[in-house]
Amino acid sequence: MDAVASPLPPAFSAWFASRGWNVRPHQLALLEEARAGRSTLLVAPTGAGKTLAGFLPSLVELTERGGVRDGLHTLYVSPLKALAVDIARNLGAPIREMGLSVKVETRTGDTSPAKRARQIERPPDILLTTPEQLALLVSHRDAKPFFASLRRVVLDELHALVTSKRGDLLSLDLARLRGLAPKMSAVGLSATVREPADLQAYLGGSGTPSGLVTVQGGAKAQIGIMATSRRLPLAGHITAHAVDDIYAAIRAHRLTLVFVNTRMQAEFMFQALWRVNEETLPIALHHGSLDVGQRRKVEAAMAAGKLKAVVCTATLDLGIDWGDVDLVINVGAPKGASRLMQRIGRSNHRMDEPSQALLVPSNRFELLECRAALDAVAEAAQDTPEPRIGALDVLAQHVLGVACSDGFEPDALYREVLTASPYADLNRADFDAVVDFVATGGYALKSYERFAKLRRGKDGLYRASNAQTIQQYRMNVGTIVESTMLKVRLGRSRPARPGGQQMLSRGGRVLGELEEYFAETMTPGDTFIFAGEVLRFEGIVENEVVCSRTAAGTDPKIPSYAGGKFPLSTFLAARVRTILATPKEWAKLPDEVSSWLHAQRLKSRLPKPGELLVESFPRTGRFFLVAYPFEGRLAHQTLGMLLTRRLERARLKPLGFVCNDYGIAVWTLGDMAAAIARGALSLDELFSQDMLGDDLEEWLAESALMKRTFRSCAVIGGLIERRFPGQEKSGRQVTISTDLVYDVLRRHQPDHVLLRAARADAATGLLDIGRLGQMLTRISGRIVHQPLDHVSPLSVSVMLEIGREAVSGEAADEILAEAEASMLEEAMA
Amino acid sequence: MNLATREMTGAAAEASMLGRLALVPDLSGALYLPDERTLVVADLHLEKGSAYAARGVLLPPYDSAATLALLGAAIARYQPARVIALGDSFHDRGAEARIDDSCLASLRALQAGRDWLWISGNHDPQISAAMGGTVLDELEISGVALRHEPSHAAMLPEIAGHLHPAAKVRMRGRALRRRCFVLSATRCVMPAMGAYAGGLNVRDAAFRPLFGLGLCAHILGDGRLFRIDQRLLLPD
Repeated sequence: MDAVASPLPPAFSAWFASRGWNVRPHQLALLEEARAGRSTLLVAPTGAGKTLAGFLPSLVELTERGGVRDGLHTLYVSPLKALAVDIARNLGAPIREMGLSVKVETRTGDTSPAKRARQIERPPDILLTTPEQLALLVSHRDAKPFFASLRRVVLDELHALVTSKRGDLLSLDLARLRGLAPKMSAVGLSATVREPADLQAYLGGSGTPSGLVTVQGGAKAQIGIMATSRRLPLAGHITAHAVDDIYAAIRAHRLTLVFVNTRMQAEFMFQALWRVNEETLPIALHHGSLDVGQRRKVEAAMAAGKLKAVVCTATLDLGIDWGDVDLVINVGAPKGASRLMQRIGRSNHRMDEPSQALLVPSNRFELLECRAALDAVAEAAQDTPEPRIGALDVLAQHVLGVACSDGFEPDALYREVLTASPYADLNRADFDAVVDFVATGGYALKSYERFAKLRRGKDGLYRASNAQTIQQYRMNVGTIVESTMLKVRLGRSRPARPGGQQMLSRGGRVLGELEEYFAETMTPGDTFIFAGEVLRFEGIVENEVVCSRTAAGTDPKIPSYAGGKFPLSTFLAARVRTILATPKEWAKLPDEVSSWLHAQRLKSRLPKPGELLVESFPRTGRFFLVAYPFEGRLAHQTLGMLLTRRLERARLKPLGFVCNDYGIAVWTLGDMAAAIARGALSLDELFSQDMLGDDLEEWLAESALMKRTFRSCAVIGGLIERRFPGQEKSGRQVTISTDLVYDVLRRHQPDHVLLRAARADAATGLLDIGRLGQMLTRISGRIVHQPLDHVSPLSVSVMLEIGREAVSGEAADEILAEAEASMLEEAMA
Repeated sequence: MNLATREMTGAAAEASMLGRLALVPDLSGALYLPDERTLVVADLHLEKGSAYAARGVLLPPYDSAATLALLGAAIARYQPARVIALGDSFHDRGAEARIDDSCLASLRALQAGRDWLWISGNHDPQISAAMGGTVLDELEISGVALRHEPSHAAMLPEIAGHLHPAAKVRMRGRALRRRCFVLSATRCVMPAMGAYAGGLNVRDAAFRPLFGLGLCAHILGDGRLFRIDQRLLLPD
């Protein structure tokens, strides 16, 4: 027999052999790193056996320990509760088959209080949990003894975790764990990323980056753009033209995942597929707003191989292994190359077989974007976002958490926080401001000393001042502030008595949840698609949307809102601009698209690289200005709000604007082209960077988006309490009061730490001010104006957004004046 | 003249007269009675912020100052001989103890040289002499009753607060919810003036028995008041 010492205990070698597997080199590398006590980042494509690699060192160590229980050994953190449950199941098989004495448990929001208490007292060897639950554990009064034995932390889907405030929170808890468990090393599991060094710093702590093990990608994915028999539309997001072709592809494969960007697109695509589903293939729907039970059913059917296709949103994006997917169809624009790669990775979970994927653009601009994404994927170029700068509201939550456990000494906590890579550059003044905010609200002009939430003891440590504060913290932990969701329930509307309010009867089934802001756009009688059927909106009762079923064949009146949640990535945007500016690239495009671009070149012009093209033309008694910055819908929306303010000041009487991911159209009563020609309006000034000064400030004062951003910071920072089901009738009281708080705070203490946190969010979040700023810098002095007699081929795609979603600015008085005037019109009619 | 026009012009007339009393709704949420040189305000909820703070929710402690500044501006505009605060002027019984010296000084300055009446409300059933002014349960001026809570059985036309009316309007896909005055031929319910006072939608059941014959909302915009007929007012 061969005498080479295996790094694996016999049970493990035998198990691998029994399955006909070899231990993979990266699995052994991770084992070696763990033995040396080093933290390691494993970057590998889907299907490389990442999860097993992550747990192998722990399983080996626990086995070598010979079954002696010595407290918690390994902590696994995943972004999804479902993923933790899935991993528990997957880990069970090898443990059982090797006959290991290793105890694995999950701890999520669903875990019973009794089990949680028992887990603190008698921890399992391996605990699988989420960042929120980890924060609760770290702030537990028994955190010190609980984590003393911890040897390893496994962070799954790390690339997905670090891009949000959850990643900030996790980095702070990781910093805490390094103190509580000095022997702990961390393992990060990640899909391919552009800058692994960012993740290494995150994992090991600032200044002590972790090691890196990289697995090269397996077989190259086979990705193409779906050729459709019907014409590609100029605008729109519903992709109706491709339904027959998508259905044909589903028929030709075992199991197809049809990814779409929004819930509404999912609903539409699901309906459309069933309309052509002559063979009644089992096609299911899966999105985050559906009832959990419904989703679990779909997932189970998928795993059991009972489905032919699932139409889904990002809820299926992360690494859950649901079944034998052999085709991924991405409907709509991918928005980012890395996101596309991860979605494609859902198919063929074996590394040596190529993944099959088809991209289905909804319109011509999206086709350009798909083309750019394909090129990026071919070059394995990634567009992972820049590492985050840690949010101050998250830090506030963490500071309170630490005060709820053992208490803290500010100097020591500050040093510890600096080791969390998102907070590596935090200055002491900001840290102190956060502590002050947590303790007494951080108000400059007045103090809440007597109501302080933190008090400094004789030992110099800050601790939570009372049990109520601890309770508040525990109820409020986490960084996900959902937009208020309303349950959708079947019910009926009874006829109203004259002058009285209509009566709604409830009692039907709950179909899922809807965002409150979407529900607010509807009036009773409106029809919309939800959970795969067309529903009639009857009204909102307490916190529920009451709907009734409609007769078969009813058309939904409320359209799916345009575009997706994610804006076009900066990286893809640059590539799309390059394609536009390079006619020889057009040969790769379908004829209808290249002839569209040729027509644009003939009738107007195409911007050269680095230029911003602005077209102007009259149409139906109005004057239009269309610009193509390609910076994504969110940045364009902010740009539109600011442009209309400036045009108002220039007395050009702006009436509204629309935008998509690629361009923006503004229209006015005044003739903008004439104003430009006689020098009364300068495009350089209109698009100058100083719009991010006073104009922005003025707009932020009343912006509903900014108020929403502030509310989320106020909840995360612990200023106000998160709502819990059943505690309040609706979110209205909270929403109103944070708006009022925002107004008051903005006037009296504009540099308050929460306002600073909200501004930082606005730079990257709903307002994307940061990206707008970069764009204004990029195009400064490089604006080309093309006056036209009529609409241009390129502008049609933006103009067609009109009617779908026109934004008229946010000034309250305009809206009220219109309401007042509409009554007058009615009266005079 | 069609029905809609009559209703609208009728509403306009109602808005300016309540019984024999002329009313001028102000953008600040105050109501000026020119014939009486009297300014009426409702639901100031002073020290609501600190009431929350005492319960562990450390809201910015600037609400009393903000509310008094708004009231001060309205007083400066109309120079009234008399100010009537229609109840819930103080958020709770502890408010008088928590209000700080500078707010107290602002209040005293506003009271100087004019009559000041506190109508008591459910949040402030008792107001101490230290707060200045005279405390009453209700009051009648020119055949109009002024009280905190609207009375279902009111014999006289009345001006009241308590309900914090807010109206919701939607135009071009955007919904807007703002504080408002609610007016009919016999009743005016005033908006809350307190910086942290929330709002109750005028379509809520609480308004129904009070405005059986219809209502008109005077919505507080940014630059002026807007008079909106009830048919355009949406429920939440």
